[in-house]
Amino acid sequence: MTRATPDGPSAPAWTPDHPIVRLRDVRKSFGTFEVLKGISLDVAKGEVVCIIGPSGSGKSTLIRCINALVPVSGGSITVEGIEVTDPKLDKLALRRKVGMVFQQYNLFPHKTALQNVMMAPLHVLGQDKREVEGRARALLAKVRLAGKEDAYPGELSGGQQQRVAIARSLAMRPDVMLFDEVTAALDPETVKEVLVTIRELAEEGMTCMLVTHEMNFARDVADHIYFTDRGVIVEHGAPATFFASARDERTRRFLSQVL
Amino acid sequence: MIEAIQEWFRHLYETTGFNFTVFYDPYDWDRYVAGLRTTLLLAVATILASLVIGAVGALLQSGPSRLLRGLVNGFVVVFRNTPPLVQIFFFYFGLGTLLPDLRTADGLRVPILTNVQWAIVSLSLFAGAFNVEIFRSGIEAVPKTTIEAAEALGYTRLKAYRHIVLPLALRVCLPALNNNLINLLKTTTLAYAIAVPETLYAVKQIWSESQNVLEMMLVLLATYAVLVGVLVWIMHRWERALRIPGYGR
Repeated sequence: MTRATPDGPSAPAWTPDHPIVRLRDVRKSFGTFEVLKGISLDVAKGEVVCIIGPSGSGKSTLIRCINALVPVSGGSITVEGIEVTDPKLDKLALRRKVGMVFQQYNLFPHKTALQNVMMAPLHVLGQDKREVEGRARALLAKVRLAGKEDAYPGELSGGQQQRVAIARSLAMRPDVMLFDEVTAALDPETVKEVLVTIRELAEEGMTCMLVTHEMNFARDVADHIYFTDRGVIVEHGAPATFFASARDERTRRFLSQVL
Repeated sequence: MIEAIQEWFRHLYETTGFNFTVFYDPYDWDRYVAGLRTTLLLAVATILASLVIGAVGALLQSGPSRLLRGLVNGFVVVFRNTPPLVQIFFFYFGLGTLLPDLRTADGLRVPILTNVQWAIVSLSLFAGAFNVEIFRSGIEAVPKTTIEAAEALGYTRLKAYRHIVLPLALRVCLPALNNNLINLLKTTTLAYAIAVPETLYAVKQIWSESQNVLEMMLVLLATYAVLVGVLVWIMHRWERALRIPGYGR
C-alpha cells in the first residue's frame, strides 16, 4: 500500500459541507434543569470558534458534551463522522481526535512536566517510548517550556501548568482542541503567555473551540463567535460583525458589561 | 564472638539467675530463629496480599457494577466486624475440615492448605478489608477533575486507576495504611492459636521447657518492637520516596 500524499484517499475530505464538528439540536438536562436547550452549530476544519456568554449559560457543558465527558440528553453530535451520542461510542477513538484543556489545568501532580506529556501516548496508544519522548520534548519547547521538563506541576506557575496541559493534549495529535475557560484561573500577567500559545496553534491550522471570557482574544483569533445564554445560541457571527453590530438585546447587554 | 555472647549469658544466669537460654543454648536459639522466620513469612505474605486485596477491592467498590460493589461491601463488613481470632478459627477448623484432603505418593492424607497457609489467607483477608476502606479514603481525595483529564486523554477507567488514581490515593492514605500494616504484623501472633510455629509459639515452647517465662517475655517484646520498628522505617522510606515536589504543602 502506498500513499502519494498525506491527504491520500484514506484521509477524509473536509469541506464546508462536511464540518469536522457538527452539533444538531443538542439538549442536556441535569435532573429537571435543562442546561442546553437545542444547540446546533458546525465547525469547519481549521476554524477557530469561540463560545461566549454569561456564567451558567451552559458553555462548559456544551464543550464537555463534544468529547463525551458529559452525556447528552438529546440531539446529535458528530466529530469527524464519529457519532458521539451513539450508546456504543468508541470513546478512545473519539478522544484521540479531540484534545481538551481545562480551567484548572488538571495535570497529574505526581509526574514531571515531561512525563505528563508522555503518559497518554505511552499508556493509551502504546507508542514507542523513545519516539514519544522526542515528541514530548519538542512539544514542551513549542509551548516555551524547554528546561522545565523535570519540574513537577506543583513547582510551576499557573500559566506554565496550563501550557504543559496544552502540550499534553497535543501529544495525542488531536484534530480538534477544546479549551474550557483555560485562562479563567490564571493571574492577569500569565494569561497572555497561554493565549499566545493558543493563537500559535490556531495559526497553524488547528481546529479550536474555546469557551472564554477573553473578549479581545476572541475578537482577534476567532473565525466565528457564538453567544449563548440560558442554554440557547442567542446570536453568532464573524467577530467583526458580532462585536460591532450585535442585534439581540441580551448580547448587547452582555457585551456592554464585559468590554 | 558468638561463643563470647553465649558465655556472657551463661555467666549472667549463674550469677544473677536471669536465664536467657535462647542466647546460649543452640537448641533454643534455633527454635527462636525458626519462629522468627515464620513470623517474617506471615508478615511479608499477608502485607503484600492485603495490599492487593485493598487496591482491587477499592477499585471494584468505586466501579460501575452494583453486584461487585455489594460483594466488596459485604466482604468489608464481615471481615471488619468480626474478631480476627474467630476468623482464623473459622477458616482452619470450619472451612479447612470441609475441604477434601489430598493424598501424597505414599498414601498419606494431607489437607489442601497447611495451617501456615490458612493463617496467611485469613490474616490477609482481615487486613485487606481494612485496606479497602483505607484505599477508598485515598481515592476519594483524588480530585474528580484529575480523573476527568485522564478520561479526556483516552484513559480507560482501569488504566486511569493504575497510572493516576492509585498512585495519588496511595500518597494520601499512606499514614493510615502504615497503622494497619503495623497492626497486621502484630496480629500474626494469632496464628499461634492454630499451632503455626511463629515467634510467639516458639518462645512459649522455650519458656515452658526452660522455666524462664519472664526472660522469654522480654525477648518476645523486644523482638516485636524491633520488627515493627523495621516496618515503620520501611514505610517512612516509602513515604519519602513518594513525596512529590511542590505538591500538597
